[in-house]
Amino acid sequence: MTDLGSGTIYTETVVYSPPEAYVNDVPYQLAIVELDGGRRITGRVAGERAHIGDRVKFAEFRNNVPFFSKAIDQKQS
Amino acid sequence: MRPVAVVGIGKTAFGAFPDRDLRSLAVEAGQKALENGHANASQVEAFYLGNFAGPSFVGQNHLAPYISNGIGIRDVPATRFEAACASSGSAFFHAASAVAAGLYDIVLVAGVEKMTSQTTPKVTEILAGAGDLCGEVRAGATFPALFAMIARRHMYQYGTTREQLASVAVKNHQNGAKNPLAHMRKVITMEQALAGKPIAEPLTVYDCSLISDGAAAVLIMPLERASEFTDKPVRVLGIAQASDNVALDEKDDITTFRAVQMSAEKAYKMAGVKAADIQFAEVHDCFTIAEIIAIEDLGFVPKGQGGPYSLAGGTCLNGERPVNTSGGLKSKGHPVGATGVGQICDVVQQIRGEAGERQLKRHTLGLAQNLGGSGATSVITILSAE
Repeated sequence: MTDLGSGTIYTETVVYSPPEAYVNDVPYQLAIVELDGGRRITGRVAGERAHIGDRVKFAEFRNNVPFFSKAIDQKQS
Repeated sequence: MRPVAVVGIGKTAFGAFPDRDLRSLAVEAGQKALENGHANASQVEAFYLGNFAGPSFVGQNHLAPYISNGIGIRDVPATRFEAACASSGSAFFHAASAVAAGLYDIVLVAGVEKMTSQTTPKVTEILAGAGDLCGEVRAGATFPALFAMIARRHMYQYGTTREQLASVAVKNHQNGAKNPLAHMRKVITMEQALAGKPIAEPLTVYDCSLISDGAAAVLIMPLERASEFTDKPVRVLGIAQASDNVALDEKDDITTFRAVQMSAEKAYKMAGVKAADIQFAEVHDCFTIAEIIAIEDLGFVPKGQGGPYSLAGGTCLNGERPVNTSGGLKSKGHPVGATGVGQICDVVQQIRGEAGERQLKRHTLGLAQNLGGSGATSVITILSAE
């Protein structure tokens, strides 16, 4: 699978009222990440809560869903 | 193109009706619209239906003839339109365009949805089908989540606050409490709205419209024939539909709905009016943030001022520009396929002076804004006293 690299949170939310398929996941953080190449993608943020403008790093695909985590280095590379 | 008029309106109450099926709701609204327009089913030359997800909510397909024959309309074309929450707005746009073009004279347009027979997670999943299933929805997006992300970005770019969002809910509940057909006829306080159960941050249950059953219908015809049927024809002065990307992450700026701006611009031009001329509006407040963005995109207030304007009372019944005097989707209810035509019924009711304790003093030029999904379809209808 492709490594999506790093990006910046464009917008985000934490979901409490899930669709049927994700009733066991709540609460979960969903975000639109602006990848460093400029493309935006919707995915999940695992671990520490991220806010608009935060730097995130691609972690893995789970069932074709991209998961990101907040980057330790918050400076734009 | 011929001028088109609305001559009859009919609505069921919106609410949770475990004993009513989809067809009986739509038939009731259709028959009321015919009765209100002093017409018979045998005079109807075409039937247009808006319905988002009848096949998913109740398993029934082939809805348009199923309903039209229930109303007593026989033999003529009967067609269903699906454009998410703008399904019946879109049906109305196509019906009005067909009458304007001279294809038919007398046309019935209805919208219906029967949602409450499913659990909330199942309804959430069915509604999410109006988003991009291969991207955002697979990642876990629900409609509240999509609008929560829109709200977050609007707050970030324009300083919109939780109080400003909540003020939309408080105002719409004040109006809906006075609407006998509304789903949730209760006043809520700012404190309640702010302390609501979280659905998708920053939206609480009070920022979200209701899951409802209901139907609405209108009878339309060329303006030149309207006097045969009614003393109070309401003219369709301008109407336009526009589209945009379905996926939120494919839109350049999610704090504005391009399709709303495009369709509003076209409808204003067709009507020969400016945003400032519109006296009142029914807008698509599926979520509180959607009403704030709607009044910006419609040009009622400058970009970013929707929140402060709402909190200051500009959109209240006695405000400068009343918005959602019906109670909006928030309090009146949101049976998604019925919403677009329902809004048109509400605007017509104000123009005719039949809105009871919600009646406005300035009520001759109104607008309805019906939004599909997170902005991929928009229908704007401008209505005026003849």
